Amino acid sequence: MRIDWLTKLQHFLQTTAFCLAVSAIQFTLQPQWSYDIPLVYSLCIGLIVWLVIDFGRHLWPSAAATGWPAGAAGLLLPLGGIVVGYVLGTLAGDQWFGWSSWATQPRSQMLASVVVTVLAGVAGTYYFYARSRQLYMEQRMAETQRQANESRLRLLESQLEPHMLFNTLANLRALIGVDPARAQTMLDHLIAYLRATLSASRTGSHTLAQEFDRLRDYLELMAVRMGPRLHYTLELPDTLRQVSVPPLLLQPLVENSIQHGLEPQVQGGSITVRAFAAAGVLTLEVADTGKGLDPATSPADGKGFGLRQVRERLATLYGAAAAIEFVAGRAGGTRASITIPLNP
Amino acid sequence: MSQTPATALIAEDELLLAQALRAELAKAWPALQVLASVGDGASAVTQALALQPDVLFFDIRMPGMSGLEAAIALADQWATAGPTGKPFPALVFVTAYDQYAVQAFDAQAVDYVLKPVQADRLAKTVAKVQLALSGRAQAAINLEANIEAGMEKAMAQLRALMAAPAASNAHSTASVAPLKVIQASVGASIRMVPIDEVLYFEAADKYVRVITATHEYLIRTPLKELLPQLDPASFWQIHRGTVVRADAIDSVTRDEAGKLHLTLQRRQERLAVSRLYADRFKAM
Repeated sequence: MRIDWLTKLQHFLQTTAFCLAVSAIQFTLQPQWSYDIPLVYSLCIGLIVWLVIDFGRHLWPSAAATGWPAGAAGLLLPLGGIVVGYVLGTLAGDQWFGWSSWATQPRSQMLASVVVTVLAGVAGTYYFYARSRQLYMEQRMAETQRQANESRLRLLESQLEPHMLFNTLANLRALIGVDPARAQTMLDHLIAYLRATLSASRTGSHTLAQEFDRLRDYLELMAVRMGPRLHYTLELPDTLRQVSVPPLLLQPLVENSIQHGLEPQVQGGSITVRAFAAAGVLTLEVADTGKGLDPATSPADGKGFGLRQVRERLATLYGAAAAIEFVAGRAGGTRASITIPLNP
Repeated sequence: MSQTPATALIAEDELLLAQALRAELAKAWPALQVLASVGDGASAVTQALALQPDVLFFDIRMPGMSGLEAAIALADQWATAGPTGKPFPALVFVTAYDQYAVQAFDAQAVDYVLKPVQADRLAKTVAKVQLALSGRAQAAINLEANIEAGMEKAMAQLRALMAAPAASNAHSTASVAPLKVIQASVGASIRMVPIDEVLYFEAADKYVRVITATHEYLIRTPLKELLPQLDPASFWQIHRGTVVRADAIDSVTRDEAGKLHLTLQRRQERLAVSRLYADRFKAM
């Protein structure tokens, strides 16, 4: 167990200040006694209670993260601390003054000091408990925030894959010299693609027509790069144009087909993206004539961040009603299909 | 500089980028003669062997065979000895974004160009390549030793480049427990082949051949995945597609073209050693 000694020093000083305050109150209530009596007893009892509780809590493994033992131990520890502190603290005070409280003190005085110890002990413990709990909560929140940021960044990075971006820019640069009109069209597709990518994490859904437009932007960019090595077909029935889907849901599947299916093939190939509905189920299908499923690096186990993200989004939005599967295509290649419930 | 104009080969799968690089090169190095542009790694190797250029511009990501793999394959087939012996071409890699590779390139003498290709950066590369070529022309007087040394330098650079991405994910492979048995399917049953019986592994299409003294099995696990599970002290990679158990090696011989071959105990065949791994076989 690692102990932060600076925090402990801080706690020591706070406890001391607290004991001084308690003894001052006692002195004002019982001015017939000299001030050093409540001062010594208060310090002795208070500091022992603090020692037992503040160091004792490290004995529980459950206190490692939250700073406080879980369950009954969380209540028994301060109780034990107060009892031990009262007994040992009183003995220490007696030692200081050279008398015995147990023998000389009247019952009422004894009861009063027990009540003071319990009240001060509970108040002090609660103060430290609340402080450490707040600190823990703040840490948790910062951690959650950091994780959320990281995941958003990774999502963005996976969508704005640097290799794709720089190759596209290189093509654009080349086109500006030889075919400015085509360069302009390519730039328009790039702009639409970037705009969609950057806003995808903020919008909840868009229509299938928009989804297919974004896929067309991406495929057009790839078509300029790959030339005759890429052919693509987008099939969206008019009746399904207005159906809403999570934005850029199909994007990772199309990217996968290009990156792992077509790009590694010298002769390239074709991609077909289709949407069709039957019996209340919408099927979105991305089929390619690429290298095909590699049993070793099958996308089905969701190694890629893009595919994992598709799976997660489907699971959060539709639960068990959605499915994604990968099968070897009829004429080689891979066919990925997503099925989701069709909401009219 | 040599008297005859320098020649180059461009390997880039994206047509527009190949044209753009050619156009930029025409401006930065008007005397350079670009012999051909090819679109994939395998063609790059055959064309480089056929045309014997002085400079190679290889894209890293290409279909079929990457630029790095193509360079290694080319080095294996490049004849440094004999009447056609010519120094290995100066290698320039072209890449859009590959942080590990770029780091490795920075550390190496091999130059690289980032896409989109910028004129001033390309001018620096051209100056570097011209310097390297003129150095060679002067050194060509005491021929073959220099060619061999040049090849060795190129191989050292490629070795470093190959190691760079491997090192970056070394921590992920370190946790894999070493294989004890190879599970090979024979008909309907699975044969458990103790790893100590395996003499070598050889990649063949979609399979890996597992060869023991008396048998041969086929498994589907790719060599790339098998390698991290093998003890690197006992199993040595000697070629892109061959991994040999070190204590099964009988002898290593160098043929007249300067290429290395292994013979194994209890096997008849000879195995070719890639130049990339040739430095393992030196007499003590």
